This record gives sequence, C-alpha cells and structure tokens, in this order.
Amino acid sequence: MSLFTPDVGLIFWMLLSFGIVFFVLAKWGFPVITRMVDDRKRFIDQSLEAAREANAKLEGIKAEGEALLAQAREEQRLILKDAANTRDRIIEEAREKARTEGALMLEEARQQIQHEKEVAIRDIRRQTAELAIEVAEKIMRTNLTTERQQMNLVDRLLDEVEKN
Amino acid sequence: MNSHTIRTYLLTMLFCLTGVCLPLQASSNAVSEDGDVDIKEVILDHIGDAYEWHIMTWGDHHISIPLPVIVFSQEKGFHTFLSHKLHHGESYNGFYLATEGDHKGKVVETLSTGETVRPVIDLSLTKIAASILINSLLLVSIILFVSRWYSRRSASDDAPRGFVGMIEMLIVMVYDGIIKPSVGKDYERYAPYLLTAFFFIFLSNLMGLIPIFPGGANVTGNIAITLVLAICTFLAVNLFGTREYWREILWPDVPIWMKCPIPLMPVIEIFGLFTKPFALTVRLLANIMAGHSVILALVCIIFVTHSMGALLGGSMTVVSLLFCTFMNVLELLVAFIQAYVFTMLSAVFIGMSRVEHHEK
Repeated sequence: MSLFTPDVGLIFWMLLSFGIVFFVLAKWGFPVITRMVDDRKRFIDQSLEAAREANAKLEGIKAEGEALLAQAREEQRLILKDAANTRDRIIEEAREKARTEGALMLEEARQQIQHEKEVAIRDIRRQTAELAIEVAEKIMRTNLTTERQQMNLVDRLLDEVEKN
Repeated sequence: MNSHTIRTYLLTMLFCLTGVCLPLQASSNAVSEDGDVDIKEVILDHIGDAYEWHIMTWGDHHISIPLPVIVFSQEKGFHTFLSHKLHHGESYNGFYLATEGDHKGKVVETLSTGETVRPVIDLSLTKIAASILINSLLLVSIILFVSRWYSRRSASDDAPRGFVGMIEMLIVMVYDGIIKPSVGKDYERYAPYLLTAFFFIFLSNLMGLIPIFPGGANVTGNIAITLVLAICTFLAVNLFGTREYWREILWPDVPIWMKCPIPLMPVIEIFGLFTKPFALTVRLLANIMAGHSVILALVCIIFVTHSMGALLGGSMTVVSLLFCTFMNVLELLVAFIQAYVFTMLSAVFIGMSRVEHHEK
C-alpha cells in the first residue's frame, strides 16, 4: 500500500529542507534564544538576590536607627534626671544659704536691738537721773527757800538715817 | 485534490454560519455519474500525495497550482516540466499519470519495450514536498525573527510579549520541560535538534489543519517525513552513544546463559534499537493520518446525505459541522501532543544513550 511505502522523492525533499532548517536554526536560531532566556533567568536571579540583600541591609539600617533612637532617648532621660537633680540641689543650697543668712541677720538685728535697748535704757536712766536731779533741784529750790523748810528736810533726812 | 473542494465547502459553510455568504458550488471528481460519493477515494486522495496543488473546483473548472515534475528516465534522461501538462490523462514527453495498478497517481513512462515503469528518479516537487518547503520557510522566518528580536536586546530588558513571548514560552517549555530533564548532561548539544524537530512537527501539524493553500497537506501524516525525522533521532541517539550504552546493548547485565553462547539478549537489544525509531515513525504518521481521515469522513457525510434528500442533507450538514468543529479542535490538541511526544521520546532515547557507568 502506497500509504506505508516512503516515496524516495519526498525523502529527498524532506532530508534537504529539514537539514537546511536544522542547520540554519541550530546556528542562528535556537541557541540565541535559549542563551538569552538563560541570561535573563540569571539576571532575574541576580536581581532577586540583590533585592534580598538590599532588604536585609535596610532591615539592619532600620534596627540600627532604632537602637540609636533608643540610646538617644536614654541619654535624654539621664540628662533630664541630672538637670532635675542639679536644680533640686541648687534650690536646696539657696534655701539653706537663705536660712543661715536670715538667721545671721536676725541675730545681728537682735544684738543691735539689744544694744540699742541698752543704750536707750542707759539714756533713759541718765535722763531720769537728770530729771530727778532737776526735779530735785527744782523742788529743793522751791522748798528750801525758807529756813524752816531747810531744817525740816534736814530733820527728815536725819530721821531716815536714824531709822536705818 | 477533491478533499480540498470539500474542505473549501466546509469553510464556506462556516462563513455562512457567521453571516458571510459565498455562493460556492462544490463538486468533486469522486462524485460518480449517479451522484454517489466515493468516500474512500476522497480520503485516500487527500492523505496521499499529488503532483499538483488542488485549491478548489468551481463548477467544472478545477483551480490548482501546477508544481514542477522532476524526473530522470533511463531512456529519456532528465526532464523538468509543470504538472498541469499531465492534466486529464495527457502525456508529456511520454510521461503520464498512471490511472491504475501499483503506481496509481504517480508519473510513469512507457519504455520502448512496451513496459510501463516509474522513472528511475522522481524528485518531483509534489504537494507534500512543496508543503515541506513552505513550512520550512515559515519555520525559519518565525524562529529567525524571534532570535533577531533577542539579539537586539540585552538580558536586563523587559521580557517579550505577544508573538515573541508565545514562541519563547513554547521554546522554554520544550527546553526546560523536555530537553533538560530527559537528556541530562550535555543537553545544550542536543537542544537545537530537538527544538527543530518539535517546531517542525508542530508547525506542519498545524498547517495541515488549515483547509486551504498553503496549508492542508498531510505532511506529518506521510511516512517519508516521519521516517526521516525518526532516522534523525536514531542517528542522534546512536552516533553519540556512550561506551556504557553500547555495553548495555551488547553485553547486558543478565545471567550468562542469556548472552552466551546464543546472544539472546544482545539480539533483542539490537532489535530494540530499530523498533524505537519505527515506533516514532508510525506513531506520528498514524495519529496525523487518522485525524485527517476522520475530519474528511465527517465532511463527506454532508455530500453522502445530500444525495439522499434535502431535509436529511440539511440536518446532517449541521451535525457534520458540529462534529468537524469538535474534531478540528481535537486535532489542534493532537497536533501539539504528537509534536511533544515525538520530542520527548527522542530526548529520552538520547538521554538513555548518554548513560554513564554507575557502580551498583
């Protein structure tokens, strides 16, 4: 049956054209394409790898930043705490100083008052004595004008002395 | 030849269904005087070869492309002429188409002894040969177009879209899906052949499904074509077979009495060398031929039933069209699967011939 007997002419044409097709495509066709596809695959792999690395690096940077931030926050806290302490100390010192100074001034004032008081008392005493003498003088000037009066006084004084 | 008329008619019917009406009168050589359709004749006519490329028949007028007939006769020497000189049983320089006998449909000559013989060499560019050339040209231009697209770009550019992307998808599918896992080591060396075989078979299968010129020829359903392809695979397998491969054939690991004194296993193995390409030949041939035959038979239903009456013919036309559409879709699948299977088996055979010695 002719369907199953290969025709020599057809075999010739088939060998010729398939051979040429194979030669052309094996030289300029498929290797170009498969090489390119492989290259692209490699490129994509590399890109993925690079992206992964970049991501990891980014993660590191982020963590680093966070650490820095935390550190800064800690420092800020410490500084604030320090400042508060210093403030408290200064206030306390000022208060203490004020207190001692106040006390000193009070003491001084008191001493001055005491002194003034003493001076005043002395003054008063002196004035009182002067006044008394004056009064006594005046009294004496008035009362001892007469002889009798002088004698009375001398008597009284003598009495007093005797009584004592 | 006639089958093309019928296929054209089918196409017309499809156009009619979509609203485009072409008044085409189909008639066929295979329709005998009383209007019967010789289905066997139609089908055999189509799946065989021809010296001219029949396009269609319009009324009584045959439209066909004449193809060159190239023959070398012992008596008359070398002759080249166009096939339309052999129309209707005419003879040209003593060459004519045999109408019956072993060489039916082939160019024969009558020798001076009165004997009717085939010319010594018949390298006529027949319908299938012309189809091979067209398919080859198409394949080469497609792949070179794609490879040109690639050579103008670098790996960091965008991946191709559209047509180039589709071809790349097919190439990558064959390359990564068949060649790499099946061939194993040195797969780059075999990739061009396997890819060429895949695309040649796939394209020829698809072109065979197009009912009109430049498609429609039963290329991969012809034994000469599948035989050449299988021989190529046979050479690729056996020319580069490793030592271990030949040792497994000639001195396999079987009990000694099976290979000596009567070399039972080696004979079987050597026989196996030839059954593999034979299976490749027949598998592709039979699948494609069967597909073409079934579609043709389904189309013939229209013509057979039309001779039985308008109502039956009309209703069967619809049924036939539905079946034909289904078969064409199925054949698309087969076109791909057969190309895939041929390539995969070739790759597996090549992979088997690349075995290295491994310790047990």
